[in-house]
Amino acid sequence: MKLQRKNRLRALSLGAVAVTGALTLTACGSDDTGGGSAGGSSAPANSKIDCGDAKGQLLADGSSAQKNAIDAWVKQYTASCKSVQINYKGSGSGAGITAFTQGQVAFAGSDSALKPEEVTASKEVCKGGQGIDLPMVGGPIAVGYNVPGVDSLVLDAKTLALIFDSKITNWNDKAIKALNPDAKLPDLKIQPYHRSDESGTTDNFTKYLIAAAPDNWKYEGGKAWQAKGGQSAQGSSGVAQGVKETKGAISYMELSYAKDGMSTVDIKTGATEPVKATVENATKAISEAQVVGTGKDLALKLNYTPTAEGAYPITLVTYEIVCDKGNKADTLPATKSFLTYIASEDGQGLLADAGYAPMPEEIITKVRSTISGLS
Amino acid sequence: MDISTTKDTPLPSTPPPPAAEEKRAARGATRPGDRIFLGLSRGSGIFLLAIMAAIAVFLSYRAVLAIGKDEGNFFTTFEWNPTGNPPVFGIAVLAFGTIVSSIIAMAIAVPVAVGIALFITHYAPRKLGGPIAYVVDLLAAVPSIVYGLWGALVLVPQLDGLYGWLNDYLGWTGIFEWQGGAPRSMLTVGILLAIMILPIITNVSREVFRQVPQMHEEAALALGATRWEVIRMAVLPFGRSGVISASMLGLGRALGETMAVAMVLSSSFEINLSLLDPGGGTFAQNIASKFSEATEMGRDALIASGLVLFVITLLVNGAARLIIARRKEFSGANA
Repeated sequence: MKLQRKNRLRALSLGAVAVTGALTLTACGSDDTGGGSAGGSSAPANSKIDCGDAKGQLLADGSSAQKNAIDAWVKQYTASCKSVQINYKGSGSGAGITAFTQGQVAFAGSDSALKPEEVTASKEVCKGGQGIDLPMVGGPIAVGYNVPGVDSLVLDAKTLALIFDSKITNWNDKAIKALNPDAKLPDLKIQPYHRSDESGTTDNFTKYLIAAAPDNWKYEGGKAWQAKGGQSAQGSSGVAQGVKETKGAISYMELSYAKDGMSTVDIKTGATEPVKATVENATKAISEAQVVGTGKDLALKLNYTPTAEGAYPITLVTYEIVCDKGNKADTLPATKSFLTYIASEDGQGLLADAGYAPMPEEIITKVRSTISGLS
Repeated sequence: MDISTTKDTPLPSTPPPPAAEEKRAARGATRPGDRIFLGLSRGSGIFLLAIMAAIAVFLSYRAVLAIGKDEGNFFTTFEWNPTGNPPVFGIAVLAFGTIVSSIIAMAIAVPVAVGIALFITHYAPRKLGGPIAYVVDLLAAVPSIVYGLWGALVLVPQLDGLYGWLNDYLGWTGIFEWQGGAPRSMLTVGILLAIMILPIITNVSREVFRQVPQMHEEAALALGATRWEVIRMAVLPFGRSGVISASMLGLGRALGETMAVAMVLSSSFEINLSLLDPGGGTFAQNIASKFSEATEMGRDALIASGLVLFVITLLVNGAARLIIARRKEFSGANA
């Protein structure tokens, strides 16, 4: 019997090894859509990029929403400034800010401006200064839907709020019909998808609902979805996949994900014509934003209820977060040089190809002057 | 072996006669190699305990920090908003989802795994049994993220039919009521987990069934038992404790599975009585989903939920050991 027990033990330990092996093999989802190839495969050296005395490795981390834009910039920039390596990890805004306040990265990317307690924490790494927000990348949050036979759809903030709160549950609902008199709306269950992970996209989408439909969206808002009901999936690619494979599904996502197998909703604002989710329309809406940051901080307050023609109301702005004073001496030249490039006309010009919206002129001018004063 | 017993024997400068060497070898180690090895292995043991203690202290400390700030009840709140003002979070939904999805997985996987193991060891011709065992082993080598991808892209779109059928015939129970949402629910997670834990349970059960003494089986055959009766009277009683421990290994994986669940489940902080409607969540899935954007407070809250999962896993393992220890006495197989 001894031998037998030994064998069983071996079998058990084999099983245990298999369990632990399989558990450690898990990995993380990524939001990459590959849109970062906007820079083209062979980026020629750009004479307008001022490398200065930048050299060495520049580490950055943060928002995955702007990762494709950063990738496109890095490709262009490092083609000109070969002595700099830039490594932007898109592990999420929260992780990026934490890495920044712990002094692990030179700058962070974030979907939302620094909170007061984060500014306080940043004072420890920014000797004599503090962390500031530089708005750099904008983008429309598209509402994608999958309803067979309906190629164009108009919704307003109120109907969107009711749909995502599971109050309107069928596509042939009166409220949707009223906005789309010509569409053939089927008798189909609406399946609203939201993000199961915490996300700046959720934050901005719900901010829009709160601002534009305060009577129909009673939730507090934030990066975590708060309404009950509906479906959820992880990451922008997850919700996009969910919409594609589910008839009757609708969800919000960055514009670059809303393609193949879904259409995007035109939003009825105060303007005469419903507004399509495009990069230009997003920039128009962002230009109505107000700078609410104090001092060198350029945090924006977006206007979610624009009434101008062709201003798309559901937008997202991501920030680069750096120290206004007290940046590390060995990374300051590279940081400054890279940020100067991405805020330049050239840098902002790359954004539209990657599915992002450039910052409007009056905002980016302020960003440029702030960058030139970094120390 | 205690070193102190050999301390009084001085190291001989010349090779001792063979008889003396034999005697010394039997008493214990005095050579440098032995002492180094003893030191290394003892050090490893202590190191492991120290690491475990450090992890436990760290986790408990962070968890206590988070729970101290929690304005809701940590065990009964149906919400997860640690960064809210005030912070409110609770593990009720996660505990429910973790346990329910694991129970579904076990209910599907254990009978199938025992069936496969019996087929391989007692029914299949040797030529067929080998390859089947090999394929089952391969299932264990697939990383869980791949199961997640497969589940989200292939399995979920295929389940509408099954869900409709369950709703038609079993919908009256309430547990199998379906509102027509995409099938990204606890039942789908359970099915996926069942496939993932199948190879572990099958492998261990197979090994156990193979150990059944030939004498028992032949004795049963000699008494005129059919093959099914042999399995029922000789094989299954002998293998019971082994199958239970195999199931517990599988349950451990099901409880802690992360990415596959995160990719397939439509998570939300509510408990649905129906297994077919989206909603719910599990500990590991929630940590994976919330971690990347979590602030310090959010991370502490996630660590607190991880501690609860740790305790649940400990309880499950303890229960399994109790069952096995008790069964051993009655089965008569471990003589």
